[in-house]
Amino acid sequence: MYWRYRTPSIWQDMNRLQREMNRLLRDYYPRRWRNAPSFPAVNIWANEESALITAEVPGVNADDIDINVVGETLTLSGSCKAEELPENAVYHRRERGYGRFTRSLQLPYSVDVNKVEATFKNGVLSIYLPRVGEEKPKKIIVKSA
Amino acid sequence: MADESKALKVQKETALAEPTERTRECQCFIPRADIYETDENIVVVVDMPGVDKNSIDITLDKNILTINGYSDVDSPEGYSLVFAEYEVGDYERSFRLSDHIDGDKIEAAYKDGVLHLTLPKAEEAKARKISVKTG
Repeated sequence: MYWRYRTPSIWQDMNRLQREMNRLLRDYYPRRWRNAPSFPAVNIWANEESALITAEVPGVNADDIDINVVGETLTLSGSCKAEELPENAVYHRRERGYGRFTRSLQLPYSVDVNKVEATFKNGVLSIYLPRVGEEKPKKIIVKSA
Repeated sequence: MADESKALKVQKETALAEPTERTRECQCFIPRADIYETDENIVVVVDMPGVDKNSIDITLDKNILTINGYSDVDSPEGYSLVFAEYEVGDYERSFRLSDHIDGDKIEAAYKDGVLHLTLPKAEEAKARKISVKTG
């Protein structure tokens, strides 16, 4: 191995140890666990002209969802109502959550606000976010000399 | 207990452990469920986002209730996935019911990704309730 500067050998060992530990930890935690996402969990799809954000929000009424786009920030908020139980009802099991949620996502580009569309189907929200026209990537052709 | 609030949060969906392989090439999850009992019914509420109303199978075999939901796993055309926090997959969950259920009168409703199953208790099960007297 070629070292540009003379480094005491112990630092090389420490560096190697650090790299090794990072690699081990990275492999141990699956990717989607690293940051516990806030509600709702989103998937982001993209192509050159637009992005598509999908979110699973079961039990939320379409009228209770607010979507705001300001510049490059998308804010999703809404509420999921708790089940209205009849009298004398007793819960055996309770795993589903309810309440209000707000989530902001930073987009990598400005969005054409007038063309944003959102659909809600079977508890899945899809938001179509087209890029502002002049910001679309331009293809550069490499000329051969 | 019914008043105990449960905050909205993303819970990791548990993949169903199966001894055999699935023919569909997607994950199968155990959906989250609430179950409550009233005087007449047992109500099962299941979160199954992404499943179409027509692709839900519900079976009651003796006292085993099985709920199956098949998602549309196609990805949007012309897009590539750049960031993912959840996976799309099918749902399967079974419950062993303690009370006798009147299998002919089960009602199922699906709205906004949530399945509501109303399982009426059978007449003989209601009659079998014996109150304990003190003294």
